[in-house]
Amino acid sequence: MLSSHLDATLCTADQTSMANRDGYGSGLLEAGKRDSAVVALAADLTESTRTNIFADEFPERFIQVGISEQNMASVASGMAAMGKVPFMASYAMFSPGRNWEQIRTTIAYNDANVKIVGAHAGISVGPDGATHQAIEDIALMRVLPNMIVLAPCDVHEARKATVWAAQHEGPVYIRVGRSATPVVTTPESPFMVGEAMPLFQVDNPVVTIFVTGTMSYEALVAAKYLTEKGIATNVTHMATIKPLDTEALQAAAKQSALLVTLEEHQMIGGFGGAVAEYIASETPVRVLRIGIDDRFGQSGEPAELLREYEIDSQSVIRKIEKALG
Amino acid sequence: MKHLSSADLTRLELQANEIRQSIIEMLFEAKSGHTAGPLGMADVFTLLYFEILAHRPTEPEWSERDRVVLSNGHICPVLYATLAHAGYFPTEELMTLRKFGSRLQGHPHRQALPGVETSSGPLGSGLSQAVGMALADRINNPYSAKNVYCLLGDGEINEGQIWEALLLAGKEKLNNLIVIIDRNGIQIDGYTKDVMPLEPLASKLESFNFDVQSVDGHNMRSLHDAIGKAQSIYSQPSVIIAHTIASKGVDVFERDFRWHGNPPGKGPEDRVPRSEQAKVALEKLRTLSGAISKNNIV
Repeated sequence: MLSSHLDATLCTADQTSMANRDGYGSGLLEAGKRDSAVVALAADLTESTRTNIFADEFPERFIQVGISEQNMASVASGMAAMGKVPFMASYAMFSPGRNWEQIRTTIAYNDANVKIVGAHAGISVGPDGATHQAIEDIALMRVLPNMIVLAPCDVHEARKATVWAAQHEGPVYIRVGRSATPVVTTPESPFMVGEAMPLFQVDNPVVTIFVTGTMSYEALVAAKYLTEKGIATNVTHMATIKPLDTEALQAAAKQSALLVTLEEHQMIGGFGGAVAEYIASETPVRVLRIGIDDRFGQSGEPAELLREYEIDSQSVIRKIEKALG
Repeated sequence: MKHLSSADLTRLELQANEIRQSIIEMLFEAKSGHTAGPLGMADVFTLLYFEILAHRPTEPEWSERDRVVLSNGHICPVLYATLAHAGYFPTEELMTLRKFGSRLQGHPHRQALPGVETSSGPLGSGLSQAVGMALADRINNPYSAKNVYCLLGDGEINEGQIWEALLLAGKEKLNNLIVIIDRNGIQIDGYTKDVMPLEPLASKLESFNFDVQSVDGHNMRSLHDAIGKAQSIYSQPSVIIAHTIASKGVDVFERDFRWHGNPPGKGPEDRVPRSEQAKVALEKLRTLSGAISKNNIV
């Protein structure tokens, strides 16, 4: 059954949708009000990353670096060295896509207190097409020591992740999307970095779907259908990709015959890769990874793209049924 | 800023000579590393750490210290030798350079060694970090007396990120930022004029709204005056193009790009055989040191 912590309208006709980048905007403002050391940087994408809300309130703490993501990463590192808590936001394709080495050397290796926000992540960016659809950023960030990697499921979690990152000492990557996606949680729902959150729980689950980021709703639709059809399926959301909640994985591996991962990212190196790496070495059980299968994206509406790349709820159902024979 | 007396000049020149000797010794012991850049920048480092900077070697995290960002991290032997001679850590530790377990990593690591303000090695990112420090310091305290010094190699400014950072520094009128470019004219593949011509460098930098000075990077008094002027500029960031001689101090190594990435004992053999390179270099430096002292007595 759906967790009692979730939005009561979820999976009803009254369900609402919002973009989780909006959660970054409101979370940054909240963090800025709590701590005067918080500063924000943008590289000519202030409004579309929702950094403008902070910039309007605290213009003296906002740095417009122009279109220079490599510069932005190292400027943020320098500001952190002077005691600031910098949040740097751009499209994930450019940051960390363009500036990965600067993030590695000047932020992660320095253990600099910089928060990197990759907006417009995933193929649900839509019409802009493959050049703007970051489907590699989880892989790029989770390979870095010292880096915490978060993929919030909705607008409320994105706000909480941002506020949490501001008070955490050390580098954090937060992945947020462009398009409106179903609101899964509420402002009051618990959000614990490093802890998986059950979304949908049934008795004696045969399948447990681990989902990250904004794909939670697709996982829920699939799990409800499968459970009704007699394939008892749990859904657990992992907003924290690194460090992985290995206890939750172990528990699920004991309960279920099949673990499934779902993400809006390449299967290679992504969240599913992280889960499979752990499971293969610790608690071998079959892992079905659902993600983008070694292809680039393309233009289209988000729903069309989720279907084409077989990561929508119908594809999840089909792949799980096939895996179970 | 005080006037440098002739006694100050002698003290600084002798100190730079000691640092050069340490550079030769540590590179010879390490059996790998860069020679040309560290020897060439010994005068700039000496002047900064023994005359210019507000810093406390026994309290390296002192919050009011000036910041020095070494962007071209491969010349770290001169940073390490200078920090050790200034009292940040024992000079004996210099002999651990590049060895397993050492705090003196092959390229500097901020978290490994006191006095190292950032990790560097991949070229082109130090200036952005210095810009970030200068911006943050201004936000923290608009009346801050701190300066942020950024040391760049001339080959390094081939990197596009440098010009992104120059744009931002000019836009923000960072008068607390002083950039020093080691203009030694060489990089790994050859002379900078052949690999990637930079001239007219001064006018390029001026067009990015920097105050630009060009000085002899081995003349302590000229360098001192240039830094003094850079500190007094209040409306824009400053850059000093320090014309240096690669491998300065060891005449048989000087100006030869083949000394960029080789230590004594592994350098080009046409002037000094490898087995003699460290010994000859130290002899030359000690002779020079004697001459500096003698001139002062006269």
